[in-house]
Amino acid sequence: MSLLRVEHSLGFAQLQDGGRFGVRQLGVTQGGALDWIAQHWANWLLGNPLDACVIEIPLGGLTLRAEADGWLALCGADLNAKLDQQPLAPWQAFAIRSGQQLEFTQPRSGVRAYLAAAGGFKATPVLRSVATVMREGLGGLHGDGTGLKSGDQLTYSAQPAIGRNMPPEAIPDYQSAVTLQLLLGAQSSQFNGASLFALFNQHWTLDQRADRMGMRLTGPVLHYQGDALISEGIPLGAVQVPPDGQPIVLLNDRQTIGGYPRLGALTPASIARLAQCAPGQKIRLQPIGQQQARQEQLALITCWPVVPAASSSF
Amino acid sequence: MTPRIETIAIDSLMLRLFDQIDEANMPWLMAAAERLHAAFGAQLIDLVPSYTTLMLHYDCLELSEAQALERVQLALKGLQPLAMNASGQRHELPVWYHPSVGPDLQPLAHRAGCTAEQVIERHCSRDYPVFTLGFAPGFGYMGLVDPSIAAPRLATPRQRVPKGSVGIAERQTAVYPLVSPGGWNLIGRYPLALFDRERDGYSLLKPGDRVRFVAIDQPEFLRLGGDPTPMEPTP
Repeated sequence: MSLLRVEHSLGFAQLQDGGRFGVRQLGVTQGGALDWIAQHWANWLLGNPLDACVIEIPLGGLTLRAEADGWLALCGADLNAKLDQQPLAPWQAFAIRSGQQLEFTQPRSGVRAYLAAAGGFKATPVLRSVATVMREGLGGLHGDGTGLKSGDQLTYSAQPAIGRNMPPEAIPDYQSAVTLQLLLGAQSSQFNGASLFALFNQHWTLDQRADRMGMRLTGPVLHYQGDALISEGIPLGAVQVPPDGQPIVLLNDRQTIGGYPRLGALTPASIARLAQCAPGQKIRLQPIGQQQARQEQLALITCWPVVPAASSSF
Repeated sequence: MTPRIETIAIDSLMLRLFDQIDEANMPWLMAAAERLHAAFGAQLIDLVPSYTTLMLHYDCLELSEAQALERVQLALKGLQPLAMNASGQRHELPVWYHPSVGPDLQPLAHRAGCTAEQVIERHCSRDYPVFTLGFAPGFGYMGLVDPSIAAPRLATPRQRVPKGSVGIAERQTAVYPLVSPGGWNLIGRYPLALFDRERDGYSLLKPGDRVRFVAIDQPEFLRLGGDPTPMEPTP
């Protein structure tokens, strides 16, 4: 068994897996890694199940100390990670020796880093998932929804199932322009034409109000012309428009039902991309049809098994 | 029963069965939910009933939207509502109605032009269906309360509503399963746990259940393990 101790945490880093399912009808939200693509890669590098438990680290503010030798993998944002003061680039698996310190200080590219461990970090599932949801008091290392804090002990397997290298072409560039794909649906037909035109032809800016529940976009005011709605279920990535006309993308920790009109939902890949955007980021939205969205999702999902596991580095 | 069906995400459909909130919707929604669970099996990821709709989240890696739609159509063919007493469980929830734990009890009585005792009597006078759960784990939206005790949400929500607080908003009523902010008019407190990760099924209430509130006194509230910590009265 390998062991990491949390030396210092601002409280935002938290354990996440693929999320909590089969309980939405009880008012329990989904949770799970926001950038599920980076999480999948981090787990893939170690041969873990792709949705195994990882640490989601937003912005930095986390220092860990190894208390046993082990294998970890880091994907997602570049948070200026250092292993014993030496720079550690993301998108790789690496060995950590007992006594070594791993710290995440500030974002240089992207927002959320994902640290995976051989076999996945161990935590007792709550409602069949270890996803940390602070608002609901569910999941995480202690089962009560709290994020990682100083003194926490994280255990994982001594040996990874396999060691893999990242295919370079799969490493995303978080500095590139952001275009998110929106599958139109729900009440989209009840927004006026000018609003739908503006939606796809003007820039949006990611607001400061951006967290695991939802991210607000500012830009042209969108006008809903339909009737008031009765609250109904909300899917992941739903783009809702409250009366101020500024859309909110609802994410993994969203409330399970709501009554604001919606334009549709972002595709899963776009949700992952949005998770790496910082407030102030300029964003374009692009419409996509259901069939094309599904084809792209199927293509994306199948990339993990077919990328060869060759050139094992350890 | 032919619902209107909308695409709402890559892997989710909204099934609209009704246009208005009505207790009579629930036996239909629950019957549809049963059939959909049977028709989709493991390919159904989540199914969220709410007042007039069912949100169906399916496994889009296994099913195309066309296949999912076909299954929905087949599943709902010849749908009949569940019998009222078969669409879930009936619960009796004990509540200590008192101004110290229900600071809006007196204002609500004043608004209704009656006594606090009459507000309590009216709140306890009928079975309420659970229309949906949301806002927090185990938070069941119930109704409809007698129009005379309906009241709008507080203009400024409270920062901290204690666990177990029983509230009214318009003609809906609910119990707060955990400490949270909230804007409902609080009239009493329920002494037990609504949401318990150790309980089979986790949540006491489920969509389609029916609830009757039963007034208890303070000694009984304490005997059941309730926390009597008083709230600040509404300013």
